[in-house]
Amino acid sequence: MLTILFDGVAYGMILFVLAVGLAVTLGVMNVINLAHGAFAMAGGYIGVVLVNRLGVPFLAALPLAALGTAAIGVVLERTLYRRVYRQSHLDQVLFTIGLVFMASAGVSWALGAQQVFITLPEFLRGRFVVAGVSMGAYRLLVIAICAVLALGLQGMLTRTRFGSRLRAAVDDPVVARGMGINVSAIFTATFALGSGLAGLGGALGAEILGLDPNFPLKFMVYFLIVVTVGGGASISGPFAAALLLGVADVAGKYYLPSIGAFVIYSVMLVVLILRPQGLFAPRSAR
Amino acid sequence: MSDPTVRGVDLLHDEAAAALSARTRWRWPEFAFWAAAAASFFLLPDQYLLLNEAAIIGLFALSLDLVLGYAGIISLGHAAFFGAGAYTAGILAKAGYGDPLLGLAAAAVVAGGLGFITSFLVLRGSDLTRLMVTLSVSLVLYELANRLVWLTGGADGLQGMVVAPLLGWLEFDIFGRVAYGYSLAVLFVLFLVARRVMGAPFGLSVRAVKGNALRAAAIGVPVNARLVAIYSFAACYAGVAGGLLAETTQFVSLDVIAFHRSADVMLTLVLGGVGYLYGGLIGALVFKLAQGWLSDLTPEYWQFWIGLVFVLLVVAGRERVFAWPLRLFGRGRR
Repeated sequence: MLTILFDGVAYGMILFVLAVGLAVTLGVMNVINLAHGAFAMAGGYIGVVLVNRLGVPFLAALPLAALGTAAIGVVLERTLYRRVYRQSHLDQVLFTIGLVFMASAGVSWALGAQQVFITLPEFLRGRFVVAGVSMGAYRLLVIAICAVLALGLQGMLTRTRFGSRLRAAVDDPVVARGMGINVSAIFTATFALGSGLAGLGGALGAEILGLDPNFPLKFMVYFLIVVTVGGGASISGPFAAALLLGVADVAGKYYLPSIGAFVIYSVMLVVLILRPQGLFAPRSAR
Repeated sequence: MSDPTVRGVDLLHDEAAAALSARTRWRWPEFAFWAAAAASFFLLPDQYLLLNEAAIIGLFALSLDLVLGYAGIISLGHAAFFGAGAYTAGILAKAGYGDPLLGLAAAAVVAGGLGFITSFLVLRGSDLTRLMVTLSVSLVLYELANRLVWLTGGADGLQGMVVAPLLGWLEFDIFGRVAYGYSLAVLFVLFLVARRVMGAPFGLSVRAVKGNALRAAAIGVPVNARLVAIYSFAACYAGVAGGLLAETTQFVSLDVIAFHRSADVMLTLVLGGVGYLYGGLIGALVFKLAQGWLSDLTPEYWQFWIGLVFVLLVVAGRERVFAWPLRLFGRGRR
């Protein structure tokens, strides 16, 4: 029972790190980015190539995956995403689905269509039992990293100059620009941060979620759930939604394997109908 | 004797009526399009299977055009209705009611009913909420179809369909001759209906809702009723398209209701252009041909090129790319 809870929390933490970047582009910049999963996949594959082929230590590969994905994010934002900010939502949907198709096909061309795994170092493979709960060392590490990230993000958003600039740019881009804030640079940096986190999540979660070229489409729904249920206006909303989803999904697959996914989609439908602005979003979010 | 201002109003009224009916006049490219479609039935006997699929996808994309192009609802779950129709026709045929037209009627009723029920969910909310709602409806149905193995065959697909001869005497052949003729005829009839409906005041009021729901309400258009009606109507069309696929291929699998079908149909529609009814049909043809050609060229990776086309299309601006077919088919904006 507690083990399931533990696994669920680890799963939810991963989902949070993966989806939090989407919460920014979608909830804050109001850009429908269905290609967010492609960044996560990029990070995952960077991790796989570094660890499995080049022999880079796992813990060193994680930041490299994040940096690599952030770099891809900057390039794409500067060259392509920038153009669709002002276009219709339909155009954004088409554009990002197009990106997903290209990323999936590109990856299966370069690295093959089969599922891949990251070779974990020896010290992360063990399990230990604390107070009757069996915990995998790897999942413990995942939880630790993600919790630090969540706290760091929250602190950055509320305590630093960048955070207050971002909040200003989001609240009212025109006035923020008038106050001398370089809004487009802020958005580029935020986009890079979001895709970097997705890349880190992809590398970190490859072992738990499974990694193959269909990853962006398979998990697109989960990311969207986290953002729509959590609301995009804060860090805590998506965080709570991700934990809830993670625990519900793991528990659902364990206890009700025949209808697990069904329950999750139905719950999301109900939430969307009753509270379209998100379960945890303040009423006056936008 | 008559009051000049009243006559002026009458004149204006006549002019408006003339302008509106001019929009719905048949133009030569439309005749050419359907003549070519009819000719393909006699001239391209070895392409029947491909053309049949294109006609079905075309009908499906036409249905999405009603929702997306006319009513402005972004749907990422349109396959829900396609799948509902396909499973309805398939299950009926398996149970011994194999008459194709009966199957289509049932598919239309079931999908339309489903559309009616779920239409109330897409009335409110932003584009994103609608997108998520339509997506989750189709995911819920996918899971249902996956789990109700006794009814749908689950992941193995629905096997053992027996489709009776069309109209009692036209047996479906393995070359797809009857199948293509059947699909094309259904497509043509339903297209005429859609063209008539969307040219009528009903269709114009739906467009008004898309343009600006608040103003449409202010001039007396019942916004929600229109959205419910058009959504259910389009769901019927998607159901018929699904039914056609089930009957002409004599097989239904989870593929009919999967997410990629919703994405593909949106891409198909956009490839042909949104909002003038022919877009779905042209897009389906282009999509099928491109799929065949690209997968010959680079099997497995044809999706890359499709994706590239969409990225380029959006970056270049869809309005510019589709200016010419809109003008040609006479439904361009002025």
